[in-house]
Amino acid sequence: MAHAYTPGLKVSEQTTLHVRRLLPIAGTVHVRQGDIVTAQDVVAEAMIPGDIHPLNLANQIGVSSAEINNCMLVQPGEVVRIGMELARSKGIFGFFKKTYVSGIAGTLESVSKITGQIILRGDPIPVQVRAYVPGTILQVLPEQGVVIESTVSLVQGIFGIGNEQYGPIRIVCQSCDQPLTADLITEEMRGAVLIGGARMTHGAVRRAIEVGASAIVSGGIDDQDLKEILGYDLGVAITGTENVGITLIITEGFGDIGMAARTHALFCSRAGAMASVNGATQIRAGVMRPEIIIPTTAKTGNGEVFQEGAFEGLLEPGTLVRIIRDPYFGFIGTVASLPAEPRMLESGSKARVLEVDVTGHPRLTIPRANVEIIAG
Amino acid sequence: MSALATDQINVILATDCGSTTTKAILIEKVEGHYRQTYRGEAPTTVEEPAADVTVGVSNAVAEIAELSGRQLLDEQGHIIRPARGNTGCDIYISTSSAGGGLQMLVAGVVREMTAASAKRAALGAGAIVMDTLASNDKRKPYEQIQRIRELRPDMILLSGGTDGGTQKHVVQLAELIAPAKPQPRFGERYRMPVIFAGNKEAWPLVREAFDEGVELSQTENVRPTLDSENLSPARDKIHDLFLEHVMAHAPGYDKLISWTNAPIMPTPGAVGNILRTIAEREGINAVGVDIGGATTDVFSVFDGVFNRTVSANLGMSYSISNVCAEATMENILRWVHIDMDERDLRNRVKNKMIRPTTIPQTLEALIFEQAVAREALRLAYLQHKEFATTLKGIQQQRTVGDLFLQDTGGRSIVDNMKLNLLVASGGVLSHAPRMEQTAAMLIDAFEPEGFTTLAKDSIFMMPHLGVLAQVHPRAALEVFERDCLIYLGTCIASAGLQKPGKEAFRYRITGDLHADGTMHAGEIRLFPLKREQQAMVRIEPVRRLDCGAGKGRPIEQQVRGGTVGLILDARGRPLCVGGSGGAKRDQVSAWVKALRLYDME
Repeated sequence: MAHAYTPGLKVSEQTTLHVRRLLPIAGTVHVRQGDIVTAQDVVAEAMIPGDIHPLNLANQIGVSSAEINNCMLVQPGEVVRIGMELARSKGIFGFFKKTYVSGIAGTLESVSKITGQIILRGDPIPVQVRAYVPGTILQVLPEQGVVIESTVSLVQGIFGIGNEQYGPIRIVCQSCDQPLTADLITEEMRGAVLIGGARMTHGAVRRAIEVGASAIVSGGIDDQDLKEILGYDLGVAITGTENVGITLIITEGFGDIGMAARTHALFCSRAGAMASVNGATQIRAGVMRPEIIIPTTAKTGNGEVFQEGAFEGLLEPGTLVRIIRDPYFGFIGTVASLPAEPRMLESGSKARVLEVDVTGHPRLTIPRANVEIIAG
Repeated sequence: MSALATDQINVILATDCGSTTTKAILIEKVEGHYRQTYRGEAPTTVEEPAADVTVGVSNAVAEIAELSGRQLLDEQGHIIRPARGNTGCDIYISTSSAGGGLQMLVAGVVREMTAASAKRAALGAGAIVMDTLASNDKRKPYEQIQRIRELRPDMILLSGGTDGGTQKHVVQLAELIAPAKPQPRFGERYRMPVIFAGNKEAWPLVREAFDEGVELSQTENVRPTLDSENLSPARDKIHDLFLEHVMAHAPGYDKLISWTNAPIMPTPGAVGNILRTIAEREGINAVGVDIGGATTDVFSVFDGVFNRTVSANLGMSYSISNVCAEATMENILRWVHIDMDERDLRNRVKNKMIRPTTIPQTLEALIFEQAVAREALRLAYLQHKEFATTLKGIQQQRTVGDLFLQDTGGRSIVDNMKLNLLVASGGVLSHAPRMEQTAAMLIDAFEPEGFTTLAKDSIFMMPHLGVLAQVHPRAALEVFERDCLIYLGTCIASAGLQKPGKEAFRYRITGDLHADGTMHAGEIRLFPLKREQQAMVRIEPVRRLDCGAGKGRPIEQQVRGGTVGLILDARGRPLCVGGSGGAKRDQVSAWVKALRLYDME
């Protein structure tokens, strides 16, 4: 077999990107097909049913559950305001009546004569979805959201934390193997997407948060540093909701590892351009990788359309790959051959392998599972 | 069901549609016995672009057809039935865990009682329990509602109250769930199935609490009285609704359901089914474990009582980082006998988490992964022991003899001394380069006591056989015994602690292997005893140790061999990796050498 399929990460100077922007529940779409949008435009909006507040009203006014309906001053479906009387007990011979005043605004949803419990539903909560990437509305998904088409430079990272951010690209490390340290970050980097080289240090992240940078993109990060930044040890790679004051994206992996030269060069060529970044990562079903999207002024991409998510590429002689496991972790080389028969590894396991040519090293034999394609 | 009588069934096709791979096996009658003959696999196709599970099934079946030379699919891609000559099969069955399996939310009045029973019913049916709500779970009602709204379960099981007992509390739970309007995973048209398995007298009131937005049904109470559980009706109901609702909304499953001769079962439910069948038939106590990339499932049958737990986030790839966080690096490294840099290891663990499909290339990486596996298995088994208990809340008659016993009920029914068979499956155990490594991981993590047979599931065939057991028990049992299990051998271990180096027990082995001698505390030894061989082993433990007959009492039993052999383990229970630094490493090195785990310079 002279080729195989293997996962990879996208690093593309120019591609046509289709971004789906969806509401969590049915709502209203504010744009039409063909509309031009900016990253910050609200494209769809929905009202999520308000929070529910259960309350045992029978206990509050000292009546039995069966009596509660006779004591209600508000009926299910009616609007409740803060300070409004909800129920009043009959008292004894008309005296010692007890009243309950609502501390919550919303709607009375139900009254239970079995438990004496009422359910108050708070006001609906608005949810807005922004375009995130400037471009043209390609498709409107009624009541759900839109698909936006944009011509962009695109880099997928391997792991990230933090949510969607925007800012101009600012090159902080001039080479791909220069560590990103605190002394390189200055006050004028506020709001920018900072491009490092090799490992980003804990100090650099702290400093970037201090100056108000939007995001950091670099080759690697040390596990211990990530633990200190998050305040806990990350157990499973499902991220995107962290609130540490900045979005962090690594392009290669954990440890002292430099950014792939090609990726760094791409960022350098787009210095100053506005970028949309998202650290959200999900490695399980429905793979999601962090991304840096830099819109270009070109009208069209290279003809290829990229849907968000992970992709599989063809592994064949000549393919550029990154080795993603020790003992050669981080090496980049080209596939020399794909032997058909499984080979015995040093670990004693038998696995299908490939041979990789890496500059400055003799030809390496690597399990196929331990490489990923660097895709253009 | 197939129209054929069971004795007319000669060719059986079975598939298991997993999250990533669909595995197919062919079972044929060979010289009067059912044997697994061919296997094929293909990527599961529930996601885009195919978005039809039957595409992956057809691909896996096509691979079997190619290997066996038997035509199994017709021109339309349908499975040919019945078998005629070298064409078709007599029955086709399937299990499924694609799309994350069956995810459930369970609720009960008291966490340790009705809620625990509901959880056992859901887990036994093969579900992943996303959360357990109870009136006494220390969360405020609004927090419970918030949690219900966040989750997107496939189904809800509501229990509470013994028959004739509390109604108010169970209705209160229903009143919390109903307005929360839990959102299902499969689109807005899906009506959430809610099963009520609580106090039957509360049923009319519970029915009143819910509106048309849910598919409400009732089954027998999981806890009709305080001292009894009745889980089967709830499990059956879950299976029915799994097919009718959850599966029917997954891409291509309506087609798959029409193809099969028996209801599709959730994969873990089927594994539990076969383990239960074997334990019942052989009259033994058994534990099965399946360690995956994200979760570890543990199944046990002790004295006929079946239990299953899923340890979410204890796995070898997606959740390897969580194993390290929960177990601590110190506990993992106690199993490692060579120098390793902790900072480097931490980064490697995270790299495995973000690139979960990579495999160890170096011996050092393999040793570390197997150390992590020991801890993941140990933690999963600990959770299982805590969950598999006798019923809580039962009034107990106490005698003077129980005066100093602090036991309040809810005692674990998992007893390693009573354990007869320990079955391993899952990548790190099944694909270990040496079977000795699989046996060592099992012994170190599960700490079996007395005489225990060790085995592994050869190609993860237990799900297929679990569903087959419902249609054709004889075929399932024959294949289980002959092709499914690879016997690793037998472990004989002393329970209790003895000073290191002191005598632990004497042994005398006769039959296909002859040996006698003394084991000293801290030692482990491997004797060659092949699969087809058997031996009679007599063990005479010292006064403070127990090998199955009581402290200091001799015991003699017939044992079976396997690909590893007979292991005598005098390291003591609970197993302690004693000493520090060099001493600890020397001790582990001696164990590695004794079991011939790795080739080291």
